[in-house]
Amino acid sequence: MSVVSLPRQHPETDRPLAEQRELHPELNKAHVRFIGVGKTYGELQALHSIDLAIARGEVFGIIGRSGAGKSSLIRTINRLEQPSRGRVLIDQVDIGDFNEDRLVELRRRIGMIFQHFNLMSAKTVWQNVELPLKVAGVPKEDRRRKVRELLDLVGLADKHHAYPAQLSGGQKQRVGIARALVHDPEILLCDEATSALDPETTQSILGLLKAINQRLGLTIILITHEMAVIREICDRVVVLEHGRIVEQGPVWEVFGNPQHEVSKTLLAPLQHDLPQELRDRLHSSPATAEAAVVLRLSFTGSSQEEPDLAALFAALGGHVRLLQGGVERIQGHALGQLLLAVSASALDAERLRQRAGQWAQQVEVLGYVV
Amino acid sequence: MWFDRLLQGVLDTLLMVGVSSLIALLAGIPLAVILVTSDKGGIYQAPLINRALGAFVNLFRSIPFLILMVALIPFTRLIVGTTYGVWAAVVPLTIAATPFFARIAEVSLREVDHGLIEAAQAMGCRRWHIVWHVLLPEALPGIVGGFTITLVTMINSSAMAGAIGAGGLGDIAYRYGYQRFDSQVMVSVIALLVILVAAIQLGGDRLARVLNKR
Repeated sequence: MSVVSLPRQHPETDRPLAEQRELHPELNKAHVRFIGVGKTYGELQALHSIDLAIARGEVFGIIGRSGAGKSSLIRTINRLEQPSRGRVLIDQVDIGDFNEDRLVELRRRIGMIFQHFNLMSAKTVWQNVELPLKVAGVPKEDRRRKVRELLDLVGLADKHHAYPAQLSGGQKQRVGIARALVHDPEILLCDEATSALDPETTQSILGLLKAINQRLGLTIILITHEMAVIREICDRVVVLEHGRIVEQGPVWEVFGNPQHEVSKTLLAPLQHDLPQELRDRLHSSPATAEAAVVLRLSFTGSSQEEPDLAALFAALGGHVRLLQGGVERIQGHALGQLLLAVSASALDAERLRQRAGQWAQQVEVLGYVV
Repeated sequence: MWFDRLLQGVLDTLLMVGVSSLIALLAGIPLAVILVTSDKGGIYQAPLINRALGAFVNLFRSIPFLILMVALIPFTRLIVGTTYGVWAAVVPLTIAATPFFARIAEVSLREVDHGLIEAAQAMGCRRWHIVWHVLLPEALPGIVGGFTITLVTMINSSAMAGAIGAGGLGDIAYRYGYQRFDSQVMVSVIALLVILVAAIQLGGDRLARVLNKR
């Protein structure tokens, strides 16, 4: 498969992407840039002056609750949505005043997949993947070669005669991906691409997207309302709320230490919380001398290492029980939480908190249980 | 003798309905496409054209066929040179059937999921590509179903045309069955019409089912 197509001024289009980046530092400039992009529908302000730069080759996530403006934002990149204000630059070119010819040319450089797949029901898998090439006037032989290549890539070579209605959700999205990649695009837009799929299928589609990103070096921009999707494949993320960016950064940073309420809410399903049964027994002050102190240790990813439990327990003294917790690696950073109950320690709650602070970035005393 | 007459009647009816439905098909689909794509939010948005065309279609749809047929007599004479016979019936039949079919086809075209149009735009389709590769193929089963309804309605109308001298089964039923109280002819005509309509409906349903891949 050919390497992602590059701006016309770069002659070495057959070199690998990493090498080209070194040769042409200007490639590191934003691939997609939003400058003060706003969108209004009548009275409704869907987007307020969005400023954002997305680098070439990264997997960029846009997350938000429904109605946050994600859909409008991603659609300004291929002008399915025309911004009311501001500019969208792709490879430093303002796409705002493109006529139909230039738009068609632009859209062939940008693939898109959808939540509900949007496959033509009257066409077979093969015809669906072939359609973008057909309308572009690609000769029949080239079409056949390209469609076969992409159906192989998404693992559906044996299904080319089937109609979309005969496929499972995951298979339909694979056809969608093949169709989106058939012009060797440099950008792939994913509009809630896994939201209609079950968890297992979601994993396999995300795995495919990740592999495509690494193999073809294309920029992937995805919108979702599921943090798990962001964690799985994104490099950077912005959190959108009421048409504004409320938080942005590398995924590990936003996951490890979310600042905005919306980010915290969206992360909640992924986080460990105190079991209900323990929460009912929690007191704000020690009822007896034997009461155990409940601590929440948060690892926000600023350390590259997972916590050393033996050292931690030795420092706290007494009996340390693990109530709930987990640590995971995101982009090489250790993130997570441990909920501990410490009893029979010589140290009081405040001293325990300070000691634990040597291992975790944030420590909180939740209370006491008997 | 009466068998020959009946056969001639069937052929005349088929000719009238066949020719005018063919014209209605060829004119109705473009009309439906224009009605859908020129509407607000359509790919060739043009509200004025849309409203004018919609009003025009509604005008013809609201005139009962019998009245339309009589009102069109001067026009028919202009087009085919006569107001009598099969070919004279084709003119009002076509004019009645085209807007009827266009409205039914329009409904099928509107039912095409907007997501498919969006996907087509995103893959770099021009607007006429969307009409040709998305709207028409996706709406085809519905259009076939609509055309079946149109055909049945036209057989109905052609009988009315027969009553004012267009020939066909309607003419036979009127002259022999009604004016001469020949109930044998009447029953035969009814039986033939039932068979004709059933055959069209069956064929249309089957075709629509084969085309529908959803």
